Amino acid sequence: MTNALRVSPRELARLISGLERGDAEAQQRIFALYRQPPRAHMIGVTGAPGCGKSTLIAALTRVWRRQGSTVAILSVDPSSPFTGGAILGDRIRMGELSQDPGVFIRSMASRGAQGGVAQAAADAAIALDAAGFERIVIETVGAGQSDISIVHLADTVVVVEAPGLGDDIQAIKAGMLEIADVLVVNKADRPEAEAAFSTLAAALELGEAVTGHHGPAGVAGRISMPPAHHRSADGWRVPLLKVSALRAEGVEAVAQAIALHQRWQAAHPERAQERAAQALREHLQSMLLRAALDRIGEQQFNAWALRCAARELHPAEAAAQLLASVVKEGDCA
Amino acid sequence: MAEKLGQLSQTTRLRILIAKPGLDGHDRGAKVIARALRDAGMEVIYTGLRQTPEMIAEAALQEDVDAVGLSILSGAHNTLLPRVVQALRERGLGDIPVFAGGIIPEEDIPGLKAAGITAVFGPGASLEEIVRFIYEYTPRRAHRSA
Ligand SMILES: Nc1nc2c(ncn2[C@@H]2O[C@H](COP(=O)(O)OP(=O)(O)O)[C@@H](O)[C@H]2O)c(=O)[nH]1
Ligand SMILES: [Mg+2]
Repeated sequence: MTNALRVSPRELARLISGLERGDAEAQQRIFALYRQPPRAHMIGVTGAPGCGKSTLIAALTRVWRRQGSTVAILSVDPSSPFTGGAILGDRIRMGELSQDPGVFIRSMASRGAQGGVAQAAADAAIALDAAGFERIVIETVGAGQSDISIVHLADTVVVVEAPGLGDDIQAIKAGMLEIADVLVVNKADRPEAEAAFSTLAAALELGEAVTGHHGPAGVAGRISMPPAHHRSADGWRVPLLKVSALRAEGVEAVAQAIALHQRWQAAHPERAQERAAQALREHLQSMLLRAALDRIGEQQFNAWALRCAARELHPAEAAAQLLASVVKEGDCA
Repeated sequence: MAEKLGQLSQTTRLRILIAKPGLDGHDRGAKVIARALRDAGMEVIYTGLRQTPEMIAEAALQEDVDAVGLSILSGAHNTLLPRVVQALRERGLGDIPVFAGGIIPEEDIPGLKAAGITAVFGPGASLEEIVRFIYEYTPRRAHRSA
């Protein structure tokens, strides 16, 4: 591993903590690293809680490790809105990967703030890239704006669906389908997976439900081209795959689809550029909002909201005045 | 929006690793503790069953935790718990407080403390006691350099 950052795993872990709490020194290091072109392939994995993201990431990581790539995993879970605490249980699925020096796993709580975790995760990914990890996987539940903006920062987005989560196709509801580069129906070992797969295939207007999963016997060694649908937005054909992450069946096909997407992006740099710019527009937007809110301060903000509620002034006037106060004090000019 | 803004200012959180070393097969106790710590506003990294001392120490390192809690019912505490402390020390993490809970007889406690376990909580220990212990033994990280 080329380690441009020249840090030990412990220093890396502490740097990420610094980024999580918005430590200025930690951020300065990232600003400098950001000017270097990224080397790692960044993969966002998203889907409803319990669909098997962590299990799939662990299985993918085993495939990549066999291929000789190093892997860093950032798993983001929501904080409790009441106490701010969190239980981060993604490592449960990652078992022995904990001990592999070519793998670094970090759990992050969303800490509820406006896009805060999105920035911390994006910055942690930069640190992990500079530390030499070749694949960086970011796991999120894909609910809420900051979550979605994390996913957008990835080079390749894998959206995971699974049967038996109570709701049929949650990913579609959350609008995640549009941003998927690779679509996965997990838990293919369960009979209900067939229905989830067909629904998704229909939603993608595949016409016919071709399967990338060749039954419970496993698929290693006979991977065919995955079924795919054409995405007009950028021309990439989104493959739809069935896997059993738990039994490690079909996982190599997912790894292959990710690699294909990576190669496709390399062959279409202008598309990749436009995608990055789009993601950054969103990221920048949320950072602007955060910076403004930070400067206004909680008390002040709440006071203005109360004044609007008391009909002392219209919210548009309040917003204009707040913005003016922020810009005046600010160091923008 | 107002609550979100409130949470924004709270950027430092205690991070606690809860792990189960050894081979015992259920983790109810560990989960109860994990939930209590979450409810006290901490971030709990829960690693699940059958963790080796090396897995626990690596997780503590990568997750940059403030304390490690070990739940053990198998009776193997006298061998396993000191090995966790040892694995932490090998990684330069000897300063992280380690607490243990589960079924640990009174007479084993002095030996475990001598081996570097900071505190042992018996089955009768209250969750408040454990939360208080963590606050007492983890210096706030806000003042620590990255
Ligand atoms: N039957 C089956 N269960 C799975 C599969 N993948 C994951 N699971 C189970 O689904 C649950 C949630 O998995 P997890 O990876 O933690 O989901 P996440 O919340 O999306 O990260 C766990 O009990 C897993 O063992 C699969 O392929 N088949
Ligand atoms: Mg998970």
